[in-house]
Amino acid sequence: MAHDVEGHKAGTEVPGGPAHEGGVFPPFDPNNFAAELIWLTITFGAIYLLMSRIALPRVAKIIATRKDKIDSDLAAAAKAQDDAAAAAAAHEKTLDAAKAKAQAMGQAAHADVKAQADARRAALEGELNAKLAAAEAQIATTKTAAMGNVDSIANETAQAILQHITGKPADVSAVAAAIAALKS
Amino acid sequence: MSEAGPAIDPIHQFHINVIAPLSIGGVDASFTNASLFMVIILAVIAFIMLVGTSGEHIVPNRLQTLAEMSYEFVASTVRQTAGEAGMKFFPFVFSVFMFVFFSNLIGLVPYTFTVTSQIIVTFAFAAFIILLVLAYGFYKNGTHFLNLFVPSGVSPILLPFIVLIEIISFASRPISLSVRLFANMLAGHITLKVFGGFVTLLLGAGVYALLAPLPLIGIVLLTAFELLVAFLQAYVFAILTCVYLNDAIHPGH
Repeated sequence: MAHDVEGHKAGTEVPGGPAHEGGVFPPFDPNNFAAELIWLTITFGAIYLLMSRIALPRVAKIIATRKDKIDSDLAAAAKAQDDAAAAAAAHEKTLDAAKAKAQAMGQAAHADVKAQADARRAALEGELNAKLAAAEAQIATTKTAAMGNVDSIANETAQAILQHITGKPADVSAVAAAIAALKS
Repeated sequence: MSEAGPAIDPIHQFHINVIAPLSIGGVDASFTNASLFMVIILAVIAFIMLVGTSGEHIVPNRLQTLAEMSYEFVASTVRQTAGEAGMKFFPFVFSVFMFVFFSNLIGLVPYTFTVTSQIIVTFAFAAFIILLVLAYGFYKNGTHFLNLFVPSGVSPILLPFIVLIEIISFASRPISLSVRLFANMLAGHITLKVFGGFVTLLLGAGVYALLAPLPLIGIVLLTAFELLVAFLQAYVFAILTCVYLNDAIHPGH
């Protein structure tokens, strides 16, 4: 409406061109209105078309693309973090299991070694005891034998001494009785 | 530009100069300095939004960051003010914001022309926005759109007055919307030019030339302030567009 009124005014009053009368304040000079409105329509129309058809959809697309990119990156980062946490947990679990296993193995080995050592020691002790008993038995027999020999030696020595002193053979049974009396 | 003569004309910067005379069907369509700067605005916006985004980088470069920041800024404004249903007007609001913002910004460069300092330009925008609101409001809501002028919970005695006030308020929107932007740009540029005129006047006034740096500092501060105004007015224009469109989408009070 405004376009029509002003354009009509300018068109009817001064069809020639914007001439500047001295008294008129330039912004209020109706002679300029038609040309200004025409050029305003052309330039603003061009701006509106360029903005609405090309520039603004492009900016909207850029912003949407960026938002998608940021969102997907954030999601990927969150997923990576979750994965890392899961991996850390799994690692921890494996470590614990390995530790427990190692401990169990150590204990088992320890027990095994101990049992073996005990068994060997027991065997050795048994052997040694047997040897000791045998040795003691041998010592006892040897001692008995030796003691038997001592009797005969004492017998013979006593007979020899008696024969030497008396000059005649000694009574064997008396000597043996005397020695037996001494011994008991 | 106007500091050439002793008479400093702060209005000179708003003159329309014909570059190439042109007439379509008896209607003047000359290519003027205003047209030239409209084309420059178009070129700047197209450069940022098309060349800047052509790479479609995931990690944006500087120009693409600028394009994306503009997009996000206007998109959040539309979403907060007019809701998700308002997003169908997002390309329009975005184009309006960018056009007004770069018009204001380019106008701050010395020797340039400020397109938004022409009331006809801002009024064309405002009138188009209000017509759009009316057309979309009736298309979307039918006669229910008229509820916009009838607030609920008002006593029947007051209702006629309230409706009248609402209608006047709605009718004055295109005027307030266009004049706010136009007047801000006009006043800012006139102030800058007047301060610039002080500098040249003082320099040519003997001993008073010592005072010349003062308005110069004033210009520096004002330019910084005008940068803020350039952005703020574009933002206000865009957010009010959203508010008005929101009325068309959700007419209930």
